[in-house]
Amino acid sequence: MDELIEILEDIKPDVDYENCENLIDGHYLDSLSIISLVAEIEDEFDVTVPAVEIVPKNFNSVKAMWSMIERLQEED
Amino acid sequence: MDLSALLMAGRFDTMTSYFAVIFLVAFLPICIIVYSIIPQKTKKYFLLFASMVFFWLVSGQLIVYLILTIMSVHYFGIWLDRIQGKRNAAVKAAPKEERKALKKVFLHQSRLVLLFATVIHIGVLLVIKYSPFFTTNVNNLFTLLNVPLQLDIPSYIMPIGISFFTLQAISYLFDVYRGLIKADDNIFRLALFMSFFPQIVEGPICRYGQTADQLWNVKQIEFENLKLGAQRILFGLMKKLVIADRLNPLIKEVFSNYSNYQGGIIAIAAVCYTIQLYMDFSGTMDAVMGIAQIFGVTMPENFQRPFFSKSISEFWQRWHITLGTWFKDYIFYPVTMSRPMKNLTSSARKRLGNHFGPLLAGSVALFCVWFCNGLWHGSAWNYIFFGMYHFALILAGNIISPAVTATNKKLHINADCFAYRTMQMVRTTILVIIGELFFRAEGLKDGLAMFGKMVTDFSFSTLDSTLMDKLKIDVQDIIIVAVALVIIFVISVLNEKGINIRLSLKKKNIVIRWGLLYALIMFIVIFGAYGKGYVPVDPIYANF
Repeated sequence: MDELIEILEDIKPDVDYENCENLIDGHYLDSLSIISLVAEIEDEFDVTVPAVEIVPKNFNSVKAMWSMIERLQEED
Repeated sequence: MDLSALLMAGRFDTMTSYFAVIFLVAFLPICIIVYSIIPQKTKKYFLLFASMVFFWLVSGQLIVYLILTIMSVHYFGIWLDRIQGKRNAAVKAAPKEERKALKKVFLHQSRLVLLFATVIHIGVLLVIKYSPFFTTNVNNLFTLLNVPLQLDIPSYIMPIGISFFTLQAISYLFDVYRGLIKADDNIFRLALFMSFFPQIVEGPICRYGQTADQLWNVKQIEFENLKLGAQRILFGLMKKLVIADRLNPLIKEVFSNYSNYQGGIIAIAAVCYTIQLYMDFSGTMDAVMGIAQIFGVTMPENFQRPFFSKSISEFWQRWHITLGTWFKDYIFYPVTMSRPMKNLTSSARKRLGNHFGPLLAGSVALFCVWFCNGLWHGSAWNYIFFGMYHFALILAGNIISPAVTATNKKLHINADCFAYRTMQMVRTTILVIIGELFFRAEGLKDGLAMFGKMVTDFSFSTLDSTLMDKLKIDVQDIIIVAVALVIIFVISVLNEKGINIRLSLKKKNIVIRWGLLYALIMFIVIFGAYGKGYVPVDPIYANF
């Protein structure tokens, strides 16, 4: 999970990623950040994130992103 | 024409909108009464029946399009579901190392079916809605190139709501393909989702997961829902009758004969049209939400106070929300998440950094979204221009945003302060009004000429009582519209602050509640623009 936080801080700094639960709904991450984030997640964790996974509930918190990554790794 | 002849013709021309008298005093009350007295298990079938009757009354024999769409979507949904079922069984039975290859085979099959279905449904829309535009432009090209050939321009009658129910059909099929929902094996449930009468004309564009179950499990009408639903219909009626229809003569006159008017008058007409469009569409949405609420159904909201937006990008997250999310989910993300775009993002990020790297892939997807958005609104160059105008503004906003942030930081400007936010809102509103000028203009050439006059001849020197007579507007009209706009503005400010007016009113005593309701009714009856001398504006979005 630390690697994921590092990626997020690189893409958009100055956000409390460990505690924030509304990264999308609170407009902390916009669509451009999501495009970068998905590219990074795919490279770093060797998964494919399909468009169908791009929904707020998967990106609103680091925890949600992490469980999506774990699920995609299992499916692969 | 007597009623039987009218029914035989199958076109109830007087039922042009949800605010038509025949709809509000006959169709809707009859539906509510019949729905209330029939047994519980038949209610959903009655809603489906009422929806089909409504569509037939509005579109006549063109109901065939809707029925064929429902049948086709039902069939393709089940086809996709079967492939997924076979895939799951095959993957489960296969050794682990073969599973990935198997998944790919079935994915390929699903994609082909989805592509086939999309081509059929979008193809019908393209032929009916866009082939005259396409043929006209081919003919123009032939003339330009001196080719002695002119194609016959086809002409089709467009079923009302086709642009809305086609998007709903596509979203259903994509959601089945993506495994977000199971295909519906009950064609009646699917038909009700596709054709529910309050939303078939102008949306909102619902997802199957949002409304299908709600509609199929409808319950007895509750007094609370009836009251709140009726209130919302009345509020929509006020927007439509008091504001949108009252501004109609001025807008029609200036946009049809813009060459007779100064740039300042054209600017006033553009402002009035933006107000009219918002009041007409959001007022209709209030009626749609209100009618759905009477039957206990909650529809996704289409507006969230768009004129409080600080940027064009935010504006489109608050205006026609269900169309925006449709484009985001079914065009923007599929394009940006495609393999070539992902590769582009990865390599561009390394060279251009975190902001401009993803912007490259994002702008390709954004272009697709806004080209489609412009075309969706109509088959004319001014609509394509309208889409490209917003694409350019959003892209420019993204390009300059790091510079703006850095400048604000350097100059110690607080971007969250009231004055700065107000400046952003005013700027966004002006940009929206310019876009709506092109949207309403009778062709791109007229739009450009009107905009040119606004820039080169921005004057109000001819604005006197004679001109106002010509524009069919007087001081009384201006005062009535201004009062209605102030009411809506105050309600919007309170909503923006998170105060739910309807819930707050519920807690007030009966005198205040009924007093306000009567005041609203009287306001509409006295100040609504109807009767002799007024031509109600046709539901603007129903034509898309």
